[in-house]
Amino acid sequence: MNSAAFIVIGILTLAAALAAATLPKLMHAALSFAVTFLGIAAFFFLLGAEFVGLVQVFVYIGAVAVLIVFTILLTRRDIEKDRGFNWSGVVVAIAVFGGLIWAIFKTQSLSGVAPEMPVLTVKHIGEVLMSGYVWPLLCVGLLLTAALIGALILVMEERK
Amino acid sequence: MTVTLQIFLIVSAALFCIGLLAALSRRHAIFILIGIEMMLAAANLNFIAFWRFSPEPHQPTGVMVAIFSIAIAAAEAAVGLALVIAVYRHYRTTNVDQFDQLKG
Repeated sequence: MNSAAFIVIGILTLAAALAAATLPKLMHAALSFAVTFLGIAAFFFLLGAEFVGLVQVFVYIGAVAVLIVFTILLTRRDIEKDRGFNWSGVVVAIAVFGGLIWAIFKTQSLSGVAPEMPVLTVKHIGEVLMSGYVWPLLCVGLLLTAALIGALILVMEERK
Repeated sequence: MTVTLQIFLIVSAALFCIGLLAALSRRHAIFILIGIEMMLAAANLNFIAFWRFSPEPHQPTGVMVAIFSIAIAAAEAAVGLALVIAVYRHYRTTNVDQFDQLKG
């Protein structure tokens, strides 16, 4: 696996994530959010899961980032006001990070080198999705329908 | 430097904690959603990394879990943003500190 590409993508992704979490302007944060998800999709490509990387780009950058930008524009009236920053959240996040790092370094079996790149075609993914994962697929379809209807009902104008 | 599973787990832990930071410390509802999405993406990165470094990467289990997780995260984002818009219509603000009508 290419370590130079890993370092570049990692630095870019983490910097964009930090920008998305701390930038005061909401629109800048939303764009950094899109860059973060592009970086995660690049990680998926690096790991050999091209299909998931493409799904990530389509769903997150194509749909979720656009939805977030639309919501920002629709709730624009109080964007420019200064908001407090809760510093206890920083303490909790650093504590969780320390705990996770401790657990990762404590585990011995994580330093193996990757096996050779598996060939994972979309055809294979489709076959597995339609044979072994049919019920989860149907449940996700039902969930997406319910979420769509629920979102529509939530934002519908109340009639008096 | 060889890229091992450990480094991927460290990157994903950092991403998770940045998402946690955004979800806990910002007061704007959309920022909280962005943080939650980031935490979900870190979990997806872990699934794919564990699949890639597993002894049998020809079984696409991690890929399947990541695909379902992305679909569920998209549904969650749609409902969450609809909630933000509904709450904004009611309170005329998106600051979560002011959503205190249910406070006892």
